[in-house]
Amino acid sequence: MDESPSIAASPRNGAGAAALLAAGWAAAALAVLAILADRIPTLGRWMTFYRPTGPLSGVTTSAIVLWLAAWMLLHRRWRRRDVALGRIVLFAFALLVVGLLLTFPPLADVF
Amino acid sequence: MAITARGLWTLLHGTGFGALFLLACSGALVELGRGGKGDSRFLRHYLGAMALLAWAAVLSGAYLIYPWYRAVPPAGAALAGFPQRLLQSNPATAGWHAYGMEWKEHVAWFAPIAVTMAWSVVAAYGGALARLKTLRRAVLGFVAAAMVAAALAGFFGAMLNKNAPVMGGPTLHLAEGR
Repeated sequence: MDESPSIAASPRNGAGAAALLAAGWAAAALAVLAILADRIPTLGRWMTFYRPTGPLSGVTTSAIVLWLAAWMLLHRRWRRRDVALGRIVLFAFALLVVGLLLTFPPLADVF
Repeated sequence: MAITARGLWTLLHGTGFGALFLLACSGALVELGRGGKGDSRFLRHYLGAMALLAWAAVLSGAYLIYPWYRAVPPAGAALAGFPQRLLQSNPATAGWHAYGMEWKEHVAWFAPIAVTMAWSVVAAYGGALARLKTLRRAVLGFVAAAMVAAALAGFFGAMLNKNAPVMGGPTLHLAEGR
């Protein structure tokens, strides 16, 4: 076994739940940021971190920062706990589906 | 037989990083689907390699190839070296940009995020993941979503490059014709 002894002895699901929820949040955040950067020209200009790539550079970089920040915060809160994993998994998948749907151009154009 | 530098990078991005990632997805799904009974150290390294491939694919796509794709041609220039404008110049191909690239450029990022998450969970729990069925199945679901995202990006990438190839830069001569 290569995992830490504490996890091997008593696997708490908190750390895993934090990673899952943060990943779902990242997908939704990326999609929402992409729509906002497209609809609000000022935000689109702010999101141009690297001019040759355009707003995509800021949208994806910001989504990654939001993802890692959420992951860090959730991990700190939940790493030593057992959490209601079923509900968190459902919420994480809902966020992932929201992200997938909102990146689809015909749906993104609704907003 | 020759290839341009931009063509070579596009090949590396799609056929190298992207296609290898897609091939690797099925192995990860099988291993996670076996109930965590396999070698957790192997799975950790396997998912780590997948995460590196996925990050290499999206970063090379966004910061190398996409700038060449979306470059604005000077007035009067031929559109052949400006794929986005070439696609948009014809109603029959404009949709490949409006739907294909617009979706691909965002959805592709779900793959490295999901697989990095999967790698971190397997690294943290190792063999203990077998006892956490809900968590393991959720990780499997995210890896499946990563595969779907990468497949969408790969499909549209291939179709975009078929209709308006990213070309240009120095030409590399690989072999002389007979």
